[in-house]
Amino acid sequence: MKKLARLGKDFWSYRALLLMCVPAVLFFFAFCYAPMPGVYVAATKFNYADGIFGSEFVGFDNFKFLFQSGQLALLLRNTVLYNIVFIVLGNIVQMSVAILLNEVRLAKFRKVSQSIMFLPYFISDVLVALIVYNLLNYDFGFISNIVGANMPKVYSLPGAWPLIITLVFIWKNTGYGSIVYFAAIMGIGSEIMEAAKVDGANGLQRIRYITLPCLKPTFIILLLFALGGIVRGNFGMFYNLVGLNSMLFGATDIIETYVYRSMMNNFNFAQSSAVGLFQSAVGFAIVLTVNQIIKKVEPDYALF
Amino acid sequence: MVNIKHNRIRIEPGDMAIRSFTYVAMTAASLFCVLPFLLILGSSFTTDEAIRRTGFALIPKIFSTQAYEIILKSPDMLIGAYTVTILMTAAGTTVGLFIIAMTGYALARKDFPFRNAISFYIYFTSLFSAGLVPFYLLMVQTYKLRDSYLAVLFPLMISPWLIILMKNFARATPFEITESGKVDGATDFQIFLRLILPMLTPALATVGLFLAISYWNEWYYSSLFLGSSVKYKPLQFQLYQVINKIEALRNSYAGSVVRVAELPGETLKMATAVIATGPIILAYPFVQKYFVAGITVGAVKG
Repeated sequence: MKKLARLGKDFWSYRALLLMCVPAVLFFFAFCYAPMPGVYVAATKFNYADGIFGSEFVGFDNFKFLFQSGQLALLLRNTVLYNIVFIVLGNIVQMSVAILLNEVRLAKFRKVSQSIMFLPYFISDVLVALIVYNLLNYDFGFISNIVGANMPKVYSLPGAWPLIITLVFIWKNTGYGSIVYFAAIMGIGSEIMEAAKVDGANGLQRIRYITLPCLKPTFIILLLFALGGIVRGNFGMFYNLVGLNSMLFGATDIIETYVYRSMMNNFNFAQSSAVGLFQSAVGFAIVLTVNQIIKKVEPDYALF
Repeated sequence: MVNIKHNRIRIEPGDMAIRSFTYVAMTAASLFCVLPFLLILGSSFTTDEAIRRTGFALIPKIFSTQAYEIILKSPDMLIGAYTVTILMTAAGTTVGLFIIAMTGYALARKDFPFRNAISFYIYFTSLFSAGLVPFYLLMVQTYKLRDSYLAVLFPLMISPWLIILMKNFARATPFEITESGKVDGATDFQIFLRLILPMLTPALATVGLFLAISYWNEWYYSSLFLGSSVKYKPLQFQLYQVINKIEALRNSYAGSVVRVAELPGETLKMATAVIATGPIILAYPFVQKYFVAGITVGAVKG
């Protein structure tokens, strides 16, 4: 009773702050929480006219099909493998760029090159896909032109795409990621560096024994956060690069692109949502696990 | 002191090698990042014939403004797309920014007893989502937003990440400001509006720019919700259609040409891309420092 009275009093005295949160609370309710009961669609033989809750209930049939056909395994494999490559390679490149930027003594040069490398981050995936088309189109692509007659027909060669997609990812995200690492390097006290210089450490040694160890916590935290999203793919990039080119799907189809296509093009709402729900559930379990790990490693950074 | 200065001047050969490597590597990386843009630009200022013969090139072998002339002859589609995009960006960014700032400030107030509950309520949506299908069906069947610009405007307006970013910025404003406002008898909303908002200008710039860029680059929700009955699509979705659908190319530009086959498809794609992306590239040098500030503040908890 006392607790309730206290709560009521808090409500009243903080009514202004509560009201300020109302639009956001309503927003997340309308667009994020309201769809949640709709996951039921994954257990139906969905019929558009009858809606989610009017459609025939079929239990786990949709999931069964996805498991047995091997479709889910392929999607999961692609999504996770791409993410692992993105995380590992991405972080290495971002860290290297940050370290190199820090070695640049001309402030102007550093600022300009940092800005240029950050630019691709702001470009829509639609334009990114057009750039790749411009470079790799078999008939008149820029690179095809340089390579000449030996140029493979990239758009019908699935094996080339893991490399292409990884390069595109690095092109787009290195500037962004290196800013985080660069900020961490800036945080290293200049006294340590000066002391190392006085002790006779050369540039490489300073990187090896001071900069890299100082970046380790940032690296670990970013790694753990990235692990939390390991079953989530970057829909925009994959869909724009590959689109409906089914010849490439074996090497490029990730969960998001499959979900989108099977809904928008094949109108297979039930199966599409089954894949989506599977992804959400697995993703959620992974985030919880990762959060437990962060709590042990670096409690300050725990998500909740 | 003298010693250290002396050390600075004397550069070891190894350091010299690192330093030159650094400049070479950073120059190469910068070129790697910027050349693709120049390639698109170069490819837009030529003819399709030249492209068929010698391929896309940085510096066109034959200079021509043909593609831009065709676009200028029937500019309706692009003017419509521009108008939709600008209106959507302005409206979405303004409303979204205000809501995010209000929420961010409230959640940053140490004395607000509901801040953890509301934070978690917001944050949870980035941990677990219903997925695309239930969202789509809700938007289309329950909210009846198919073919409505609102279906594109709403989903981009607020994100948990931007609220957290704003909260981190707002935390840095001294609590004494709020307290002094209270002593003077101001309500919480007045404190926010008159005292806190002016102090949050850098945060507003950062978050506002993130919002604006996501509206400007929007094509995803358009592809989900805007069908053929919507004449004017947002710019990037218009570009997407021009690139991927020959009919879109015809519908957009064929007014000035008799046959579709006569349209210079390749240069038109490139020119449309230049027109659709130009404003971002032009504005970029002036605004990029705000993005850097935002990433540094919100990076890890993002």
